Amino acid sequence: MRVLAFDTSSPVLTVAVADESRVLGEWTTNLNKNHSVTLMDGISALLDEIKTDPDQLTAIAVGQGPGSYTGVRIGVSTAKSMAWSLGIPVIGVSTLETIAMNAIGFGGLIVPLFDARRGQVYTGCWDSVEMTSLRSVLDERIILLRDWLPQVLEQAAGRPVLFLGDDVSLHRAVIEEMVGEQARFAPSGLNHPRAAQIAWLGMQKLEQADAPDTHAVNPEYLQVSEAEAKWLANQQK
Amino acid sequence: MNEKNATRYQQRILAHYEQHQQSDRPTLILGIETSCDETSASVIKDGRVILSNIIASQADIHKRFGGVVPEVASRRHVENITLTIEESLQEAGVTLDDISAIAVTYGPGLVGALLVGVAAAKAISYARGIPLIGVHHIAGHIYANRLVTEMEFPLISLVVSGGHTELVYMDQHGSFEILGETRDDAAGEAYDKVARALSLPYPGGPHIDRLAHEGTPNVPLPRVWLEPDSYDFSFSGLKSAVLNTLHNAEQRGERIEPANLAASFQASVVEVLVEKTIRAAKAKQARQILLAGGVAANKGLREALTARCEQEGLTLIIPPLSLCTDNAAMIAAAGYISYQQGRFASLDLNGVPGLSLTEPF
Ligand SMILES: [Zn+2]
Repeated sequence: MRVLAFDTSSPVLTVAVADESRVLGEWTTNLNKNHSVTLMDGISALLDEIKTDPDQLTAIAVGQGPGSYTGVRIGVSTAKSMAWSLGIPVIGVSTLETIAMNAIGFGGLIVPLFDARRGQVYTGCWDSVEMTSLRSVLDERIILLRDWLPQVLEQAAGRPVLFLGDDVSLHRAVIEEMVGEQARFAPSGLNHPRAAQIAWLGMQKLEQADAPDTHAVNPEYLQVSEAEAKWLANQQK
Repeated sequence: MNEKNATRYQQRILAHYEQHQQSDRPTLILGIETSCDETSASVIKDGRVILSNIIASQADIHKRFGGVVPEVASRRHVENITLTIEESLQEAGVTLDDISAIAVTYGPGLVGALLVGVAAAKAISYARGIPLIGVHHIAGHIYANRLVTEMEFPLISLVVSGGHTELVYMDQHGSFEILGETRDDAAGEAYDKVARALSLPYPGGPHIDRLAHEGTPNVPLPRVWLEPDSYDFSFSGLKSAVLNTLHNAEQRGERIEPANLAASFQASVVEVLVEKTIRAAKAKQARQILLAGGVAANKGLREALTARCEQEGLTLIIPPLSLCTDNAAMIAAAGYISYQQGRFASLDLNGVPGLSLTEPF
């Protein structure tokens, strides 16, 4: 296996190539305003660096969100088009789970989050199975942070809860207020998605099940568009 | 390109180009278009022959919103993009191995929509080492004509669509000079707004066109000519005049026959478009007039322009309806010119919503 992995769901641009046993290369920046301009050059530079041509790749794994709608679309469109043109499988991986992977082995619950404005967050909740894998405890969703934290506390049953993500700083006051002593905050190096984790998660998925149909790999926005939501609401009146 | 400092991508592109130039196989361009609400992919042979032209239209989806919703359009593009490209190759009976270059619309248009096509084109270009070409959407509309008739220079093209109203002068392939453009609404926009005022469904253009043919243009409406030597257009005053006419009639308790109002509105738009086009063609001694863009499907405009060109002895070319609306065949046809000139885009090609036609890329 030689897997190319990347994620453009947030200001982080991360690209990696890995096989079953090693990460062959990884490149990450965190101030990216224009993934459309930088992603392909980033992939090209990394593959040149590790002397790999695209036709040597055996699969592509991509962060399929949640996150910036446009950002996720750039990543997923690139991934499925590359995979389709090379005739290799493409696997979508949750960007939130990718961040949670940074804290694998943690003895409590792992809660990565992205700010989703107006007090809402994109989030999910994972439990670590020793150092080997993560188990989803609560489904990924977009939710008011104040409605989310009590649910997490219930699942934690007294154990600590680690909050991950660059956007945690925006919500730290609310988290400290509602989670109190049980809240943990990670060193900054664990806060962003890393493509090496996407490659690993992608390989796990490929081992467990057949690759999905390339055409059907699409972003996970976690919510319908505003226009569609309004239209649906009007239909129900 | 300095061979030593070139990236592997640049080396692979160069090798691909040389190999295709040396072979006696036809030049096949894969076109990709996602600037608005149509996901389209096409394969064109030697710049002029359509081998396939697949269009996944979202018109039915956006109808319920009364207009194109950018976020909804962008989501559909991601879902359709690889399927549409695959279908275009299958229908053309070719594989990516046969493709000489990939041409993609990179502006103008809805940025989120453009980015899907651009990302896909760059990804395939990089993965398979196929040269990449960025195409201006309006250049595409003009080159739709070349899929019908060979272009002869100098020429004048009248480009009218939902977002554009432009008179473009060309003295050779790939060279565009804008003689005039709209200072406010595009013609297609004015059509949509007037259609809404007449309670016609979206998109309004075809409904006004149909209604206009049932009515008599007996409602006095202005023709906006601007300065005597100007090739620019302005349609917002005309649109306001239509709305005022409706409003005033309503206040007086009178009823204006919608068909007559539609006919009068269309007559005003068409007269200004046609006369400015004829004047430009004469001034520039154009050998051809090309009609381009979605509004080229308008029967009133086609008929009036055809009649005036006959009267003046000017050659008019109008593409078939299927090539007037957004499609990837026209993008591939325009991209073929860049291919012949060896002008390729790099992997940092971006979607540019306000891209100018005269901007060198
Ligand atoms: Zn168009």
